[in-house]
Amino acid sequence: MVMSGPFGHGEHLVRVAGLLAAGLLFFLLARAVLVPSDFGVYGHYRASALADNRARPLVHAGRAACAPCHAERAAELAKGKHAGVGCESCHGALAAHAADAKAHKARKPDGRALCLTCHRFNVARPASFSQVDPREHAPEGACTDCHAAHDPGP
Amino acid sequence: MTADRRQFLRETGKLLLLTGAAGLAFDHVIAGQPESAPGYDATRHWWGMLIDVEKCIGCGRCVAACKEENGVSPEPFYFRTWVERYHVRGDDLEHPVVDSPHGGKDGFPERYRTGEGKTFFVPKMCNHCADSPCVQVCPVGATFHAPDGVVLVDKKYCIGCRYCVQACPYGCRYIDPALHVVDKCDLCYHRIAQGLTTACCEVCPTGARQLVDLKDPEDPIHEYLRTHKVHVLKPHMATKPKAFYNGLDGSVR
Repeated sequence: MVMSGPFGHGEHLVRVAGLLAAGLLFFLLARAVLVPSDFGVYGHYRASALADNRARPLVHAGRAACAPCHAERAAELAKGKHAGVGCESCHGALAAHAADAKAHKARKPDGRALCLTCHRFNVARPASFSQVDPREHAPEGACTDCHAAHDPGP
Repeated sequence: MTADRRQFLRETGKLLLLTGAAGLAFDHVIAGQPESAPGYDATRHWWGMLIDVEKCIGCGRCVAACKEENGVSPEPFYFRTWVERYHVRGDDLEHPVVDSPHGGKDGFPERYRTGEGKTFFVPKMCNHCADSPCVQVCPVGATFHAPDGVVLVDKKYCIGCRYCVQACPYGCRYIDPALHVVDKCDLCYHRIAQGLTTACCEVCPTGARQLVDLKDPEDPIHEYLRTHKVHVLKPHMATKPKAFYNGLDGSVR
């Protein structure tokens, strides 16, 4: 029988072992290159994804941002039935306005269409909520002719 | 011999010191960039949402505000939150009639009359489950539980495979038509980290939605859960949702 190579028949095993080692090395290298450095710090995800999610700009400023400039309106709102309604529920998103009031104006809502968004009778609404059928209750004109939007009365 | 021993100790000392230093350096390497989160400690919160069905008037302000705050596509197929109208006739709880025109963003046209059965609104959103199927199925770790209980999406890492869209039992996920990665409610993570409430809670005129922090002992949610008959959606899915519904009807799926 002819012995092939310095290890004889064992050379086959050495070759296979070499291939496996090369494969393992390739896997480890590829893993080191492809997996982000902060993956797995807190769990099975990129740790910087937390900061990425936090990094978006605000669009709604929040009602607390309005009161410093509009104290009178805030006080009027606080004493009436609309006390729990945020400024941006009716006036739209105001972060841009809060940042630069001159460049971005707040929206003056339609004194009928907007009111009816909440107060038009709909059978699905809770019965205790104030609702009107606009065909019977003031078929024409603005709701704000009788009701003050910030303190709408009874 | 003594010189050899001294040399041996010196070399061993160097070796130990260097391997220790290398180990420390490697820790820094795998830790990556420190978080840019001034003042926000995610481990001190456990966020959820309280939804009072009996207060919802179906005005759709939450849907509109959510779309605006989060840049959700204006098309009527993509929602991070939406409002459904349920209509149940008689005792047939198994077959409620559900509609949600444009997610309820523009309100609900009158469709039912008084006395035809019961009709009510149910706001829906990501339930931020503590045992989320969506997190389990993500093959790349692009959707995950943040330490504060919010289920987040890593949009830079998502491959858009849609497994999570199918896995969510509540239908809360969609593929962003512009980015081709998944999107869903992140509980306005950019807002709550600054101490603000979510956009939907901010604009809800009746207080039907409230952001709650279950780790804050001062949060009124604890008293609320003790004194109200609160339910979660699909409890049989064992997902441990953190969106709590007050006054939820048995017909709601």
